[in-house]
Amino acid sequence: MSNIALENKEVKGSPFLRKLVRNLTMPQRIMAFLLILLLIFFVIMPAINLVYTSLTFSLSDRRLPQVTDRGIKVIPGEFTTVHLERVFWSKLTNKMFLIPLVNSLMITFGLTALSMIIGSTLAWLVVRTNLPWKKGIANFASIPYIIPSWPIALAWISVFKNTKIGGSPGWFQYIFHVAPPDWISYGILPIIICLSLHYYAFSFITVSGALASIDSRLEETAELMGASKALVMRKITLPLVLPALLSAFILTFSKGIGTFGTPAFLGLPVRFFTLSTQVYSNVKNNLAGDAYLLAIVMIIISSLTIYMNVKVIGARKSFVTISGKGFRANPVNLGKLKWVIFALVIIFILLFVIGPLYILTWQTFMERDGDYSLSNFTLHYWIGPDGALGKAGQLLGEGQAGILRNGDIWYAAWNSIRLAITVSLLAAFLGILLGYSIVRGRGTKLASTLDALSFAPYVFPGIAFGAVYLSMFAKPFGPIPALYGTFSLLVLVSLAKRMPFSSRTGTAAMLQVHKELEEAGELVGAGFFKRFVKIIYPLTKSGFIAGLLLSFITTMRELSLIVLIVTPKTKVLTTMIFRYAEGGYHQYGDAITMFVVMISLIGTLLIRKYQGTGLAKGIGG
Amino acid sequence: MSEEKRKVKIKIEKLRKAFGDVVAVNDIDLDIYEGDFLTLLGPSGCGKTTTLRAISGLEEATDGKIYINDNLVFSRQDELIVAPSKRNVGLIFQSYALWPHMTVEANIAFGLKIKKLPKDEIDKRVKAILADVHLEDYGKRYPSELSGGQQQRVAIARMLINRPQIFLMDEPLSNLDARLRIEMRSELIQLHTRTGATTIYVTHDQEEAMTLSTRICVMNEGVIRQIASPEEIYNKPADMFVAGFISNPQMNFFKGIVEHKGDKSVIKAGGFSVEVPNEIVGDRNEVVFAVRPEDFVIDPKGTLYNIKTRLPAGSFQIAMANNGDEKDIALLFDGEINITAGEELKLVIKKSKFHLFDKDSEKRLN
Repeated sequence: MSNIALENKEVKGSPFLRKLVRNLTMPQRIMAFLLILLLIFFVIMPAINLVYTSLTFSLSDRRLPQVTDRGIKVIPGEFTTVHLERVFWSKLTNKMFLIPLVNSLMITFGLTALSMIIGSTLAWLVVRTNLPWKKGIANFASIPYIIPSWPIALAWISVFKNTKIGGSPGWFQYIFHVAPPDWISYGILPIIICLSLHYYAFSFITVSGALASIDSRLEETAELMGASKALVMRKITLPLVLPALLSAFILTFSKGIGTFGTPAFLGLPVRFFTLSTQVYSNVKNNLAGDAYLLAIVMIIISSLTIYMNVKVIGARKSFVTISGKGFRANPVNLGKLKWVIFALVIIFILLFVIGPLYILTWQTFMERDGDYSLSNFTLHYWIGPDGALGKAGQLLGEGQAGILRNGDIWYAAWNSIRLAITVSLLAAFLGILLGYSIVRGRGTKLASTLDALSFAPYVFPGIAFGAVYLSMFAKPFGPIPALYGTFSLLVLVSLAKRMPFSSRTGTAAMLQVHKELEEAGELVGAGFFKRFVKIIYPLTKSGFIAGLLLSFITTMRELSLIVLIVTPKTKVLTTMIFRYAEGGYHQYGDAITMFVVMISLIGTLLIRKYQGTGLAKGIGG
Repeated sequence: MSEEKRKVKIKIEKLRKAFGDVVAVNDIDLDIYEGDFLTLLGPSGCGKTTTLRAISGLEEATDGKIYINDNLVFSRQDELIVAPSKRNVGLIFQSYALWPHMTVEANIAFGLKIKKLPKDEIDKRVKAILADVHLEDYGKRYPSELSGGQQQRVAIARMLINRPQIFLMDEPLSNLDARLRIEMRSELIQLHTRTGATTIYVTHDQEEAMTLSTRICVMNEGVIRQIASPEEIYNKPADMFVAGFISNPQMNFFKGIVEHKGDKSVIKAGGFSVEVPNEIVGDRNEVVFAVRPEDFVIDPKGTLYNIKTRLPAGSFQIAMANNGDEKDIALLFDGEINITAGEELKLVIKKSKFHLFDKDSEKRLN
């Protein structure tokens, strides 16, 4: 004991200095402080810059008239309302803002409604009825959640494309010899359908989770009092799953408003624009200022949804009764309809879950587009050499080799993989740091600020976030040189966009490590790094690895976030798919798509291995 | 009492801890003597665990001072906070906090590895300590492979191996089943006798506190209500809170009307009547009169009570009885006494087994 503290009751030195040193050396505080700086630098500053740029007449705006409609002269590099006027109050407003806005809203409401109907129905069937083979159905029904959203759109094109747009006909025309009308081939209807076939998985997973967690005794009590099944459903079950339904609604809506791939594939060929594709097209046409304003509109809509989420669901969340006794003794008996419904569900899965992947795979084996006979079979698009000739002597794919022998594609694949590895490692690491700072600092202003800030990227739709980074890092910024066209920019944008997810998985993992486990180490003199390496990391490892894999998959399949900032030097698989699809080289695009799908599926299986149920956990990430 | 002559091991002065607006510990002063087994006893939220954690250094108090062995280890005024590992204290957590990814041996050896002791020295000490807690054969197992009682012993071993001078225990028995808890109590008493280490023990279980402690410190709402030996706490609770808390089943409180009769005062309550010297009640006309359930006896000369319910429990029985007042009283009898519900009993209070409290300050009078 003689070595501790001071022998006398007098203490030397300055109390102020001691306090300062202690506060500055508290690991969770230092980390929280540094992370807040990082988030301000990579999320808040870019967002401010976006607003600033949209109100400035920049060099790239030179092509615009130097005098606005109202006769105000603009000076390059200075404040201007010219973009505001162009987007919101000019001849272009309809075409550039209102129509895309209405399209976006219609698509989002349509897909939200449709996907909620499909998702909740499936959820109810799987959780609450005596449908056969429920586990298998649940697994297959979750597949769309794992894979990217646009393969369904690509498959739709393969089936329903007509010759009116140009190029070869699709399956439908090949079989029925009738060209499907334009409104089936392209535009709002197929976009809504294709997106719903992806996003229903949100409702499915959320609602089945809620249904499974309802204590069946709550319903049985009502039944014992003489309530009919329908009344129980209306008065007990529905109110109990309402929070889950609302959260599925908000989740689907906020994702839907920013979605890019599907509206691009199915809309751009017929010049059908949504806000996201309009942002893309404006940037491509050197109208960055206008694009940024549209991005701001998207961010505002998205923020409103999140705000509603907090307002509406925040208050009702406590509703969901989790008793740990999810087993329901008496599932609803579907009676004679059981096998009919089962057949319908199987048809749904075959047509809309397996079907698109099957069609895409088949397409990659077709020598010529639009000929579905066996004689048209080729392996060229997978393994063919440069300059290979087809059966009719024509140059296949304009002389490009199959994807597995194509240097260009290997280069993009390498970019994709190293991007995904870098991002997932950094995201998982930052996640643990975020989790530690937030959980251990709970109750302090620093921690709640960090918590809120790390959630901020969530309100930016992918393409808007890409626009934010484009506007910010095109020029040197602080100590950072101009990053446009570099791999680092892709890493930064993907990492920043992953922050809400990382912080949530990190927090969840850290909450599992009881504070006392760390204190027991502190008590015997283990310093912060020792505690981190010997206690915290080993105990959060499985969450760390699952988060890492999920980040890997999400980054691999990301399109909307990076489509604006990828250059030929930094191209990745998803942007290659986009270019191939734009150029009409479906076999290449589809082959790469199948490759990405495979990686996503394998990655998810690995996550499941590490974390029991990897699927539902990633929702909203 | 000779306590004043014993060495003060831990001295707490004006200790205060606030979480936002909630004051968990409200300016308490407490001396803990060398070799004490002091229990901090109180309902949940009374500040007992916060006090313990402030002593360990895991919690930073808002204000006040703490001395260990006359050395200042915490002082808000001086902004001095000695790290937990430098206070020479060992702590057993309520959850045990055994590291689930380490074997029993690794759990126990962790602190010694941090101190960079030579490996054979560590092995020797781990082996010896495992024998002490009767877990010789369990060194290679993981905590999840042990029973609750065995995990508890590992936690004790992990604390002992660092040879702390002060043992801190935060409700260490609350996760065990009733039978094991009794067993572990006797092991803890043996541990205390063997090591002589100053021990601070947190619990909300009054029986546990009575069994284990040399002194009990009863806390409520962040304030110390009484510090005394278990016997004194039981026989002379300092106020109504302590009286009510240290009683099972509940203490019977009556409104006592005082009649001043010359050199004696007579107190009438619940149909009973007792005489006390005048100086105890002073000029009060009303006091709170309290009797423990076990302090009633059946006597033909007693007050008539009607047994409403009877709760037999083998060796003893509890009865709820009423004499027309609004409130039922609780009675505790030996299991062999023959009573039935609905029966009328005549009760008297055992000689001077009653407690008088001021009705406003709730402080003890007799």
